Amino acid sequence: MNEPELLFSFFSKLNALTGGFFLLCAFGLVAIRQMLTCLRLYIFQSLLLAVSAILIGYHYASIHLFVVAALTIITKVFLIPWVLRQSVGYDSFSKREISQVLNIPTTLLLSAAITIFAYYIASPLLTAAGAGIFEKVNLPIGMASLLIGAYTVTVRREAVPQLLGILAMENGAFFAGISIAPSLPLIAELAAAFYVLITVLVIGLLAMRIHTIIAKTAVGKLMALREE
Amino acid sequence: MELVCILIISLLAAVLSLVPVGRRFAPAVTVLGMLAVFLLSLRVALATTQEGAFIAVKDYLECNSFSALILVLVAFVGLTAALFSWGYLGTTVAATDDRKIRRYYSRFNLFLLALLAVPILSHLALVWIAVELTTLMSVFLVSFESTPQALEGAWKYAVLTCMGASLALLGILILCWGLRLTGPAPLTWDNLIAAAPKIPPALLGTGFLFILIGFGTKVGLVPLHTWIPEAYSQAPSPICAILSGTETSAVLYCIIRFLPMFSGGVGPSMAGTWFIVFGLISSGAAAFLMLHTKDYKRLFAFSTVEHMGIILVAAGLGGFSAHFGAMLQIVTHSVTKSLCFFAAGATLLATGTRNIPAIRGLIRISPLAGVFLMVAGLGIAGAPPFAVFLSEISILKAGIANGQYLVIGLLALFIGIAFFSIMYQINHMVFGNPEIILMDDKSVQFGRAIIPKRIILPVTCIIALLITVIPVILFGFYLPKQLYQLLHNAAASLGGM
Repeated sequence: MNEPELLFSFFSKLNALTGGFFLLCAFGLVAIRQMLTCLRLYIFQSLLLAVSAILIGYHYASIHLFVVAALTIITKVFLIPWVLRQSVGYDSFSKREISQVLNIPTTLLLSAAITIFAYYIASPLLTAAGAGIFEKVNLPIGMASLLIGAYTVTVRREAVPQLLGILAMENGAFFAGISIAPSLPLIAELAAAFYVLITVLVIGLLAMRIHTIIAKTAVGKLMALREE
Repeated sequence: MELVCILIISLLAAVLSLVPVGRRFAPAVTVLGMLAVFLLSLRVALATTQEGAFIAVKDYLECNSFSALILVLVAFVGLTAALFSWGYLGTTVAATDDRKIRRYYSRFNLFLLALLAVPILSHLALVWIAVELTTLMSVFLVSFESTPQALEGAWKYAVLTCMGASLALLGILILCWGLRLTGPAPLTWDNLIAAAPKIPPALLGTGFLFILIGFGTKVGLVPLHTWIPEAYSQAPSPICAILSGTETSAVLYCIIRFLPMFSGGVGPSMAGTWFIVFGLISSGAAAFLMLHTKDYKRLFAFSTVEHMGIILVAAGLGGFSAHFGAMLQIVTHSVTKSLCFFAAGATLLATGTRNIPAIRGLIRISPLAGVFLMVAGLGIAGAPPFAVFLSEISILKAGIANGQYLVIGLLALFIGIAFFSIMYQINHMVFGNPEIILMDDKSVQFGRAIIPKRIILPVTCIIALLITVIPVILFGFYLPKQLYQLLHNAAASLGGM
């Protein structure tokens, strides 16, 4: 085996490892009750996204994906936690969420089922497109993280974990995106980073307002408006 | 150039609205800005009827007839909503709270900026961002009244549509993957449609489904519609008019524009079948939900869900005449639904309650609000002289000509139930004796006793109502030649000639 091939095999394995940890973070976000830990998991997940972008970027020799990695680190590792703490306030993070809609083992089992489902949807796409090794790792894991994120939003009752669930969904979409669509124009990448920041700001401020007016952030229990 | 101007004007208006010079400055700037945007969008629309496409920046800012149609609608409803806001906020916000008014207009303009960008942009990734920005820019408009219910409505709106956003993003990325397999090209509507036959069907179908579900949350397709009644019942009425009249249509435009990718076979394509399924479920569920709702703004919210369903079914039926019906329905729904929410706003000003059982004899409490509510109710339900009647009939006719009797039968049934539901509720409010006060325990705080005399509606509200009622009646029996041409081109752009 000569040197480029060795490097490629090393990178693809490293990428698979990154993908595994990425999926694990999605599982953590749905199950862990300590909010500060949830936030740290999200930051770690974003770092893994950046690592994967660098690996794939090196393989395709695409400067583009390096920019994605840099933007991810700047916005998701530094700016978003800062904005969240500014808008929601630190005391919301030091709390534990007591009640969830489902208990933790059931939640984890359902998440595992969702992951299998994601592989099930992704496999016809991978064969139809004749995908390479990176797509085979990133697409199903990104999809699984997206769907688990959606599940997180529906089972968590506190505002901050719901927001983190939305952000994890977006992370999942991008994790798939860096492998399948590495050629998005730069303006779209910049706009997406900007969009994520605005999302955090708007939803964070809204959560804070709910906190000050209704004096709690357990948004899952708001029942004033209901379907007739 | 006009397209760039439209975006710059609304951005400028957003900044200028924040300048603290008097209470009248911000609304005046907004109305003037929207008027300019409306005139420019008319110019763009006229240009597309003659040349087919209007290109400002290749691959980024482009307009075809369909997008020009949406652009004109957004600008029209934006203009009337700005006028209506002037009077509405003048009476509902405390006289000392100028800052709140300035913030309202600034957000109003930013919201419209995002909404105007949706039809103008042609790069799919940017379209996606514009669609999501419309949510984020309008969240604080929905929660404007800062009551617990308003905050709850805004929270559901933000969380559900942001979830949808990520799903749609993955769909767009999958389509981008498919496009990359056929060769390097920017991800624009035209390139995608041109390359569609060469993209593997698995990618095309999966990508489209993700987008349909993702954007479908924002359009309010059942079962993803749960935020719609919450947000619409709590937002200020002019914002409801924009949300319901144009935001849903603009997002629906994004979904329908994928339709030509699937043309080729005979009868409804794969996308068309999904459209019909989702459309029928939405219009059916909404028609029944309307029957026993107790809040007239929720009534109109469910009616929005119903109309989105009708438009989707029409788009899914396939064939030029059904597509033409869908385009006409988008136009008539936009103008009529904005009239509905303006009339609802006027009713709210006159009675102080959103509760249907608590209102009797509106026509005597405030004749103007009563008449407009009746006209709006008849209009949106699809009674004969009004515009919605014409568009619904043309859809049903097209479906029968296609031979899809089951779909059309169900659709006609749902339209009938919806007609009955709306008229039953509106009749109850408009007629009867206002002296008999019917209140349930929830609405005690809004008792009619609080209102000592007849409320005189603000002048700008009346102007907005009058401007909106013109197309609602006029389009029922006469379509101007240019509009006909625009609708014709838009329907033709969907294929199926």
